[in-house]
Amino acid sequence: MPTIILFAPLVGALIAGFGWRMIGERNAQIVTTGLLFLSALLSWILFFGDYETVESITLFRWIDSGSFSIDWAIRLDRLTAIMLVVITTVSSLVHLYSWGYMENDPQWKEGESYKPRFFAYLSFFTFAMLTLVTADNLVQMFFGWEGVGVASYLLIGFYYRKPSANAAAIKAFVVNRVGDFGFALGIFAIFMMTDSVNFSEIFTQGHALSAKTFQFLYMEVNAVEIITFLLFIGAMGKSAQLFLHTWLPDAMEGPTPVSALIHAATMVTAGVFLVARMSPLFEYAPGTLAFVTVIGATTAFVAATIGLVQNDIKRVIAYSTMSQLGYMFAAAGVGVYQAAMFHLLTHAFFKAMLFLGAGSVIHAMHHEQDMRNYGNLRKKIPYTFWAMMIGTLAITGVGIPLTTIGFAGFLSKDAIIESTYAAGTQAGEFAFWMLVIAAAMTAFYSWRLMFMTFYGPEKGDKHTHDHAHESPLVMIIPLGVLALGAIFAGMIWYGDFFGENVFDWFGPAVYINHETNNVLHEVHDVAKWVKAAPFFAMLSGFLLAYLFYIVKPDIPAALAKRNPGLYRFLLNKWYFDEVYDVLFVRPAKWLGRFLWKRLDGSVIDGAINGLAMGIIPFFTRAAARMQSGYLYHYAFAMIIGIVVITTWFAITGGAQ
Amino acid sequence: MNNLLSIVTFLPMFGAVVLMFFLRGDDEMAVRNAKLLAMFTTLATFVASLIILIKFDPSNTGFQMVEEAKWLGGLNYKLGVDGISILFVMLTTFFMPIVIGSTWAVDHRVKEYMIAFLLLETLMIGVFVALDLVLFYVFFEAGLIPMFLIIGIWGGKDRIYAAFKFFLYTLLGSLLMLLAMIYMWYDAGTTDIVRLLDHQFASDTISVLGFGVVGGVQTLLWLAFFASFAVKLPMWPFHTWLPDAHVQAPTAGSIVLAAILIKMGGYGFLRFSLPMFPIASDLMQNFVFFLSVAAIILTSLIALAQEDMKKLIAYSSVAHMGFVTMGIFAFNQQGLDGGIFQMISHGIVAGALFMIVGVIYDRMHTREIAAFGGLAIRMPKYALIFMLFTMANVGLPGLSGFVGEFLTLAALFKVNTWAAFGATTGVILSAAYALWLYRRVMFGDLVKESLKGIKDMDLREKLLFAPLVVLTLLLGLYPAVVLDITGPSVEALLQNFNNAVGVVETVAEVTSH
Repeated sequence: MPTIILFAPLVGALIAGFGWRMIGERNAQIVTTGLLFLSALLSWILFFGDYETVESITLFRWIDSGSFSIDWAIRLDRLTAIMLVVITTVSSLVHLYSWGYMENDPQWKEGESYKPRFFAYLSFFTFAMLTLVTADNLVQMFFGWEGVGVASYLLIGFYYRKPSANAAAIKAFVVNRVGDFGFALGIFAIFMMTDSVNFSEIFTQGHALSAKTFQFLYMEVNAVEIITFLLFIGAMGKSAQLFLHTWLPDAMEGPTPVSALIHAATMVTAGVFLVARMSPLFEYAPGTLAFVTVIGATTAFVAATIGLVQNDIKRVIAYSTMSQLGYMFAAAGVGVYQAAMFHLLTHAFFKAMLFLGAGSVIHAMHHEQDMRNYGNLRKKIPYTFWAMMIGTLAITGVGIPLTTIGFAGFLSKDAIIESTYAAGTQAGEFAFWMLVIAAAMTAFYSWRLMFMTFYGPEKGDKHTHDHAHESPLVMIIPLGVLALGAIFAGMIWYGDFFGENVFDWFGPAVYINHETNNVLHEVHDVAKWVKAAPFFAMLSGFLLAYLFYIVKPDIPAALAKRNPGLYRFLLNKWYFDEVYDVLFVRPAKWLGRFLWKRLDGSVIDGAINGLAMGIIPFFTRAAARMQSGYLYHYAFAMIIGIVVITTWFAITGGAQ
Repeated sequence: MNNLLSIVTFLPMFGAVVLMFFLRGDDEMAVRNAKLLAMFTTLATFVASLIILIKFDPSNTGFQMVEEAKWLGGLNYKLGVDGISILFVMLTTFFMPIVIGSTWAVDHRVKEYMIAFLLLETLMIGVFVALDLVLFYVFFEAGLIPMFLIIGIWGGKDRIYAAFKFFLYTLLGSLLMLLAMIYMWYDAGTTDIVRLLDHQFASDTISVLGFGVVGGVQTLLWLAFFASFAVKLPMWPFHTWLPDAHVQAPTAGSIVLAAILIKMGGYGFLRFSLPMFPIASDLMQNFVFFLSVAAIILTSLIALAQEDMKKLIAYSSVAHMGFVTMGIFAFNQQGLDGGIFQMISHGIVAGALFMIVGVIYDRMHTREIAAFGGLAIRMPKYALIFMLFTMANVGLPGLSGFVGEFLTLAALFKVNTWAAFGATTGVILSAAYALWLYRRVMFGDLVKESLKGIKDMDLREKLLFAPLVVLTLLLGLYPAVVLDITGPSVEALLQNFNNAVGVVETVAEVTSH
């Protein structure tokens, strides 16, 4: 069954990609979507199974070089099962949604066929993502890791006529490669220290590795700390954590269903999955874990500040995604991988829905994405409005404080915030405050989005507003399904992910070193104010947004005017892109040109030419002759030379 | 058939001779026949080489299918293959029909062109199967001549300069290698490579012109061979002939150059430097690492700045060969396996990339990147093939480029984390220059008038790419087809190497006590 789940999307991708001329565009869509629903169905069946032990299915050999020996194999445990339902559910719904969204894409001219390609890419992405989460060794995981990177590259650049889409696609791939650089070094380090890259062997070595050191660059480092640190660099790239996040907002150049699937629900969560998967090593690396917590919390905070002022509806959600990923890492960093996975699951539902909802708004507004041109849309597109409303209630964490009743985000986000506090470490405390503040900002920007889009007066092009229309059923149904998840997922699985069942339910998939890590026990005893803090943060964010965008809509402009520096700083995303351009992009281009013209040109070629033409007069003449085209003379001279040499050996008796 | 290797080696030459003496005339018919005969010869050679592959026993680490004969005078004729050389033979015979196929549009002195390629094939196969020093040298050097002519006669505007530079570079290395070979013969009393592999060259420190040379004779011999192999591969900073040669060479010449000819350098390290001068190799490890990492970083940066498609791919080749040398000099299983794998894979991928350039060069007669843009709209099949090999070049897992790169890096990390750290930055840079190239040529809107009528690939072109696509995927998904063949021979080589290096170290320890 796992094999079918894994390969069904690949089969779909191949049929749609190569066979659509034979079966037609429509059938290509039916095949890919149908196979994805099959995968999703089977994934749910697997999800409800028990995972007391780890199952492993070997498919065939892959790389075999001495002790570097790996197979293509499927590893099935609770972590895999969670990821399978997340990926296949969202992916199948996104496939369905794309039937409507991609129907008449204005980016393409009459007669140009783009749909089969789109569906093939989507299915290929799903396959790569599934190999990532089912991998039983690091290299296969790397295969999926890079595979989703390529799929993401192809889909961000799907509108390849647009220069901005192409630039965003390359940026996404290259920035991710910076992360992969760390990931690869991490794999090499593991291979050096354990002589294996297979999970089953590595996972037994955590304790032993924590006692070992090796020379890395100029320093003597603790093996497990550096390994986990390097792996986390990879996670930072894929999951758009601070410093390696700049590609994610630009990735919004891709079609909106892509943003929902890849850049919200699945691919960007791969980093979180990686940390959870490698918990048997991370548990022995307190230094790296603290780093993970701090990076995660800071990312959550920074992304939220940027999200406050963005005007493009998709960018707001993109920064929101980045921020929520920060929450997940903060949880993983304090050793509560289960809470990270919990938020990963619920976030997949409500964030995919927010994106698809935004897509529906964009669809209704003739591909207008600037929220300043929206307003008062709730009557025109009621289903979309209600979906977005549910998504907003979920992401901001609405629920009844001190109980386990609430929208999905309420349970999972609060679980994270409580965990950081319960960790009792400095990093944990830092994360706690950052995340509470970020929760307030989350509420603010989410409600800002809602108010600007669905309330207030109509703004922008009147014609567009007049023609705003609700999306077709194939787009509404996925929203409905995801809405169910956004409402109920938290309440249903709270006990399994965070409550009393948690250790049984996860089985051996997540390793907790109980000698040092008791956060999951202590978290249920934290003070009441800690448990209530996120709720009040959320409430203040909502009230502020209400004040700013409903009661007194002129406040934001006035505030921006009064603090132009801060406003521009946030609007320009803390100037990360500009700084990177000056620090990396320009120097690389300049250096390339310099090395080419100066080092290769003047120095090396200069030396060769000097040696040949200047110092040895013979060659000067030879060169002149060459220029005049006596090529055969030259070849002949070479033959003569070889003949002379062989003759000499022949006479003197080489073989004796 | 006991002389299978000779048949495979000299079959192309036989074809060349037939062409030379029995094909007359310059009309269309003759041109066509020349091409067909060349194609037939190279295909027959490939089929014959398949028999070698089938008969080959990977678990036997010695030389197989050895042929030995007295030649004229004291010369010895000896051929054989082992797990290290056989795949290079296969790579050569596999590629030549594709190379011939890619010349279909050439109409200038076709007969001579075919003769040049057929001779080149014999000489290239000869390099990989020769088991006698003199024989190796003859093949190794004579192979330059057809290549030299291919660039010089059928090349581009500055072909003479490029051919001359190509020659100048290799000249010094050749002379030094020759001197070294003469010394080896003098010292060991034989030119038989099999016997030389068992011979130990002195490694005591000697004094040359007042300088103490650690590793003694071995170091000097190593350097002499290095001068030849480093230019051929090419290693940084001996690489500047390659971009010029590629730019001026006709498409088929570039394919041979990238796919096979430069691999002779890497093969040389494996056949001579490591096993015959282990102590010197060990001493030179960090030196080679330095050059390899410099190649990866510097030439990748240079590739970013290129405006000519062929130059960009040429620089990318130099960077990829950096992985080969550092893998070989990591002196462990993954390094050598990875180095060989990388050479095979790069042969396929770079060969394909040069063919890809050839496809649009044939249509537009320019290789300038700025002359293109938006081709994906009119050439979807071409876009797919180009994307596949771009990704293989970038080292995407699942395609052939990944395995060699990853193995060599993993091997290097065990030996030198600095070098591994530097070399791994190559994965970032290669992504940047390869995708940047792809974007400028294929993506964007199709606005240039001249490109509006451009045609997608025809059947002949698709057929030429098909085997390369299959191999890239096969090697990426099931690399065991290569690693199972190289593994045992590499293991044996390493065992000998470690014994040689280890022996000296223990001796040194004993004397110091």
